[in-house]
Amino acid sequence: MKVKVKYFAVLHEELDRDEEDMDLPEGATVRVILDRLEAEWPEIAEYYDVMQTSVNWEYATPDSELSDGDEVAFIPPVTGGQDV
Amino acid sequence: MFKITSEEIELGDVIRAVEAGDAGAIVHFLGVVRNNTEGREVSYLEYEAYPPMAEKKMAEIAEEIHEKWGLDRVAMIHRVGRLEIGEVSVAVAVASPHRKEAFEACHYAMNRLKQIVPIWKREVWADGEEEWVKPDPVFFQSKA
Repeated sequence: MKVKVKYFAVLHEELDRDEEDMDLPEGATVRVILDRLEAEWPEIAEYYDVMQTSVNWEYATPDSELSDGDEVAFIPPVTGGQDV
Repeated sequence: MFKITSEEIELGDVIRAVEAGDAGAIVHFLGVVRNNTEGREVSYLEYEAYPPMAEKKMAEIAEEIHEKWGLDRVAMIHRVGRLEIGEVSVAVAVASPHRKEAFEACHYAMNRLKQIVPIWKREVWADGEEEWVKPDPVFFQSKA
């Protein structure tokens, strides 16, 4: 199955792309994508505690199971609370 | 109205979106690019968003406001791209029959926006350095 994966902010910069299509085995979870990204850029693990995941525009977890055509995004912390 | 835009934000856009015959109060909030962060001079800011999810989460905040205060007239616009000092990054407006609920709901909307709406801010300093803004601790407590 194929899913679209989107990267923002620091992830966008470090991975040097803002989105890509990935072929995944049936029944794969978000964790499968993270494992691939970690192989490419091990430092991503440092963000796991603070990063959120979404599937089809809804917050999800690494254990969320994916379906063909899903849109997955990795969301580093959003805007800080002190600017306004 | 729940919108991510690369255009300049006009206050009138959110006001007009919430105006109604029974609205005795309209409270609005504008977030403006400040010239410093904790004393360090800011050159400009860059905002990035995940637009479809951001607009969906804005609509969810409006639903929360409906549940808490029974108000149905909420508008939120956030700008993305490069913003100069003094430009408006975000506008929120809430209309209500009476002012108390409108003030409370507008404050609530802005707090929730910063917790659950996927928008990122990059600060570019006057000395040439730049960085993505550090997270708000509240963000991590609000995951669930």
